[in-house]
Amino acid sequence: MIATLLSLGFFAAVVRITVPYALAALGGTLSERSGVINIALEGLLLFGAFSSTIGAWFGHGPVAGVLGGVLGGAALGALYALLVVTLKGDQIVCGVALNLFADGITRFLLKATFDSSSNSPRIDAWGHIGTTLILVTVALVALFHVVLYWTPFGLRLRAVGEHPEAAASLGVHPARIRWAALVLAGAVAGLGGAWLAADQRQFVAGMSNGRGYIALAAMIFGKWRPAWAAAACLLFGLAEALQIVLQASGVGVPAWAVQMLPYVLTMITLAGFIGRAQAPRALGKSD
Amino acid sequence: MIYRGIVRRVVIYTALLVALNVVLLAVRAGGERKVGGVHPVRGGIVFDVGGRGDKSFNDSAYRGLDRAVRELGVEAEYIEPGEGSDRESGIRLLAAGGFDLIIGVGFIFSDDLYNIAKEYPRTHFACVDYAKFDEKGFVVPPPNMVAIKFREEEGSFLVGALAALVSKTKAVGFVGGMDIPLIHKFEAGFRAGARRVCPDCRVMVGYAGVTGDAFKNPAKGKELALAQYAAGADVIFHAAGTTGLGVFEAARETTKYAIGVDADQWNEAPGRVLTSMTKQVDVSVFETARRVRDGGWQGGVQQFGLREKAVDYVYDEHNVALIGSAVRDRVEALRKEIIDGKIKVPER
Repeated sequence: MIATLLSLGFFAAVVRITVPYALAALGGTLSERSGVINIALEGLLLFGAFSSTIGAWFGHGPVAGVLGGVLGGAALGALYALLVVTLKGDQIVCGVALNLFADGITRFLLKATFDSSSNSPRIDAWGHIGTTLILVTVALVALFHVVLYWTPFGLRLRAVGEHPEAAASLGVHPARIRWAALVLAGAVAGLGGAWLAADQRQFVAGMSNGRGYIALAAMIFGKWRPAWAAAACLLFGLAEALQIVLQASGVGVPAWAVQMLPYVLTMITLAGFIGRAQAPRALGKSD
Repeated sequence: MIYRGIVRRVVIYTALLVALNVVLLAVRAGGERKVGGVHPVRGGIVFDVGGRGDKSFNDSAYRGLDRAVRELGVEAEYIEPGEGSDRESGIRLLAAGGFDLIIGVGFIFSDDLYNIAKEYPRTHFACVDYAKFDEKGFVVPPPNMVAIKFREEEGSFLVGALAALVSKTKAVGFVGGMDIPLIHKFEAGFRAGARRVCPDCRVMVGYAGVTGDAFKNPAKGKELALAQYAAGADVIFHAAGTTGLGVFEAARETTKYAIGVDADQWNEAPGRVLTSMTKQVDVSVFETARRVRDGGWQGGVQQFGLREKAVDYVYDEHNVALIGSAVRDRVEALRKEIIDGKIKVPER
């Protein structure tokens, strides 16, 4: 048992489980720091998984697949920006609507493209890009940290998320910044979806399976900071991998209790017991 | 100000629609319908999560009714619900449309079908994998409803024995979808079958979750399978819906074996699918449709097991080389013992 937990295979499982969480959480961090709640992460993951499958299928390769995931996610992110930034729709309502939309449209297109309402055929063209995507994820975590804290764009983005009127009085366009944030968030969450599709080498209806919401929780647990959000995702991934290994080993530890741990931690964080979880001040306000 | 006009209009239209709805509720497919006589039997299927094209359960039910269309002249309608409440409205749509037979594919329909069957006593209903329980236990369906139940544990017993006989590591695995009694039947049968032929074999078990989503989480299925393969298992049986697609992906990557469920899943990973424990939902659906047309309808629980050839495992030109005749003979002997009642397969 101990040997299993120290093995490379276990570590690899933790990382594999973490990647989609981390990519979605990065997208969530970016959009929420600009002041827009992003409950649509789930839909972005799912839509990214589908659009990457389309990319890999018609582009005959992993690059086309990844590109498809990123572009599909960005497109859905743009739709979200149109709804909540330009048209000033309620962010929770629009986010939920987008999740339902993603579930429906992927099923519809799945049926139209592959004549199945369950899954696409296996796409061998995905090859073995897992390791590459893991490295890209690590690089993106670092990049998001740098952009958010060390660049003028990041400063403006955070300013818009805290006090859009003050930012506007200094010549920053809150709407433009939020558009950029949401499209980028969509792109990176779409990449998370591409990971899901590439790992299975096919698209399966509903395959995001709530990972977007877990990413949302991880982002809050990481207090809206990219690196910490990613670390929280790693913790969630660790708990899930541990739960899986515990089940396989058949030892009498209640596996579900182990998987519950990160959520309990998140609630404790939200309740303010581990420092203060301070949301961006303008979060959720339409204008 | 301008909004007040819009609001009023919305309120009026909503009220009108509600009124129309109430009126339509009173409308029932009226008149005495003569079943099996002049007009053809009209049968409708409402599919479960996964829907048509799942290459398994739903597709099998579709084949059953499709065969009834070709051989019995039944008129068929298929409804594929999306999320949640669409299921009930799908059944209601068919019931109100005057269908003679309405089939819900999956235990998830148990409550809805039970309730609607009581509202439409002249319509026939069938629920595949019916499982409705209240505080007093199992709820017997009304006389116009059939609960189609399969003895999954019997088929699982055979593939469990087969897996243990083929295993070189003396360790086999089971990946379940949702952690519920229906799936425990598969696990119990599989475990008992493996133990029967190999008492010192290890049987590893993993479930994807405790909600319905656990049946469509392939990434989780893959990780569960990889963990069991890493711990020594070389054959894994799944009963997990599309979560099982992840098990096949893991079998491909590790070049080990997986066992499919519900339908022949050889094509999901050719060469790596040792066999599949099949549930002939089509047999039960066709048989039910035939009884509605020709008479002989009998409500209540109908059990389909090894004896009825409604559960089985795949042994054909694809996997004959993977299994071999010695193992086949051993498993067939077990089949006979089960049918003869010499082996009692546990359900939990």
